[in-house]
Amino acid sequence: MHKKTLLALAGLSLATVTQAASPSLEEMWALVQQQQAEIAQLKSQLNATEQRVAETEEKTEATFAAVEEVTSGPVSKLAEWADKTTVGGYGEVHYNNLTSDNSNNSKDEFDLHRFVLFFGHQFNDKLRMYSELEVEHNIAGEGQNGEVEVEQAYIEYDYAQNHRAKAGVFLMPVGIINETHEPDAFYGVERNSVEKDILPATWWEGGVMFSGELAEGVSYDAGMHSGLYIDPTVSDWKIRDGRQKVSEAKGDDLAYTGRLKYTGVPGLELATTIQYQSDLWQGETFAGEDEVDATLWEAHAIYNRGPFGMRALYAHWDIDNAIETIKAGADEQEGFYVEPSYRLTEKLGLFARYSEWDNQAGSNNDSEKQQYDVGVNYWLDEHVVLKADYMRQEVESGDELRGFNLGVGWSF
Amino acid sequence: MAALLFVVTLTLSNGTFAKGVYQTGPEFIAEVFGNDTPKAKSLLLTPQLKETASQIMNRQVRGLRMRYWQSDSNTAWIMEEIGKELPITIGVVIRENQIVQIKILAFRESRGWEVRYPAFTKQYQGVKITTELALDKHIDGITGATLSVRAVNKVATLALYFHQQIALKAEQESSTLAPKTP
Repeated sequence: MHKKTLLALAGLSLATVTQAASPSLEEMWALVQQQQAEIAQLKSQLNATEQRVAETEEKTEATFAAVEEVTSGPVSKLAEWADKTTVGGYGEVHYNNLTSDNSNNSKDEFDLHRFVLFFGHQFNDKLRMYSELEVEHNIAGEGQNGEVEVEQAYIEYDYAQNHRAKAGVFLMPVGIINETHEPDAFYGVERNSVEKDILPATWWEGGVMFSGELAEGVSYDAGMHSGLYIDPTVSDWKIRDGRQKVSEAKGDDLAYTGRLKYTGVPGLELATTIQYQSDLWQGETFAGEDEVDATLWEAHAIYNRGPFGMRALYAHWDIDNAIETIKAGADEQEGFYVEPSYRLTEKLGLFARYSEWDNQAGSNNDSEKQQYDVGVNYWLDEHVVLKADYMRQEVESGDELRGFNLGVGWSF
Repeated sequence: MAALLFVVTLTLSNGTFAKGVYQTGPEFIAEVFGNDTPKAKSLLLTPQLKETASQIMNRQVRGLRMRYWQSDSNTAWIMEEIGKELPITIGVVIRENQIVQIKILAFRESRGWEVRYPAFTKQYQGVKITTELALDKHIDGITGATLSVRAVNKVATLALYFHQQIALKAEQESSTLAPKTP
């Protein structure tokens, strides 16, 4: 009996406790509503936070844009002008130690060979000016060794999407180094003799030149400009003597130049230039001859693949026979060179060059010259180079010039 | 007369464009990501990033940030670098620290435009950055366009470096958020 009573009491107590711990339906509903309100509040807070983040992002973006505008955009007329104007240049200092057995060509000298400044200005997207001012051999003037020259000064205009024209003084589109001759861009202390004595680099004229792209990798240049003037009265006959350098240059008889170039494959350049000079004597009469026309044909190939490099060039002048009244064999002037190279590291490169040229190739005179060069370029920076080379030049008649050259060059 | 005719013929010829804007930035990004073009992000240029970027570009890198676009492990970058005198606009796409694509979007100078040819730009496919902050593959240049080639090389290297930094940061963040094992 007592046991039953105790069990009943225990059951009653448990039911009461259980009933007291479980919320009623009303309480449950109130709880859900409360939680819903809290969720709604949290959602609202989250939305507000997201909105604030978005606003902050917008403000940050606007701040970035404003700061970038101030720091990168022109802040004055002067800054705007400076933004459209470019300055560059290059220079090369040489030491030549050359010995000649049979002539007075020996050299043991230091020379600031070239100091050049470029100035360019972009008038608008299609119109620009470019110039190159050069001092050669450091001191120019009466009785001095050097010269001050303006090698380029032209206006260039993009008259169609892939075509442009320039007018003024410009470099001839011929050869390898005539247009690209910054010292860090070629091997050897001195520029190669074939392009110097046959083309003749560096060579600039005044006139108009049209250039552009015909197809992928195929470009052209075609122009009409001042011609060479080989003065017969002072017995000039070498092509190099004919450069008038656009200094009150005789314009009686013009010259015409055309070049085709292919650069569609990385590392490869194939190019050929033809030029017609209507009269190298520019209207003068000498020994009964009054017109000496001439045609230049030049072709070259450049191929760089990995560390290997190869350059080869051939140039030939076919000149009217009348020039032989000045010098026998000068009606043919020609030459070629081949130049393999190897880049040991990014900074160090080796080269060898064999050159052969003759300014009296039209005769059987012993006038042909051969030159062997071997050397090294060491680039301290991509625009600064130290150079050293050994050369041996032989003339068919027996003269020999040999020795070494050292140089430092830069461009910017 | 013949010379004039020659020039007129050339002018009228329908050659490819030597210079100008070949593709705008938004067109490039749309081409890379298609319909799922992501929103542009910004990589803040911290002093450390600027110092390394300046080393890669061989000039002082300025600015507060570098914009980029990211979808999964792909990032796309549009950068400008001066070749000789005027800026070249270059688009770079990178996936898992390798270049997928380089495209010249605009070239403004008279020389060196050959860098835009696929024959040149395809050399960059699969190229990575080395620990010395250089490209891990030799890129054959273009004669007479040395400065343009250098500009593309520098931009390629910088984009790889920035991509690498983003990937590293993402890795660090994911390892911080990962639950710690007891």
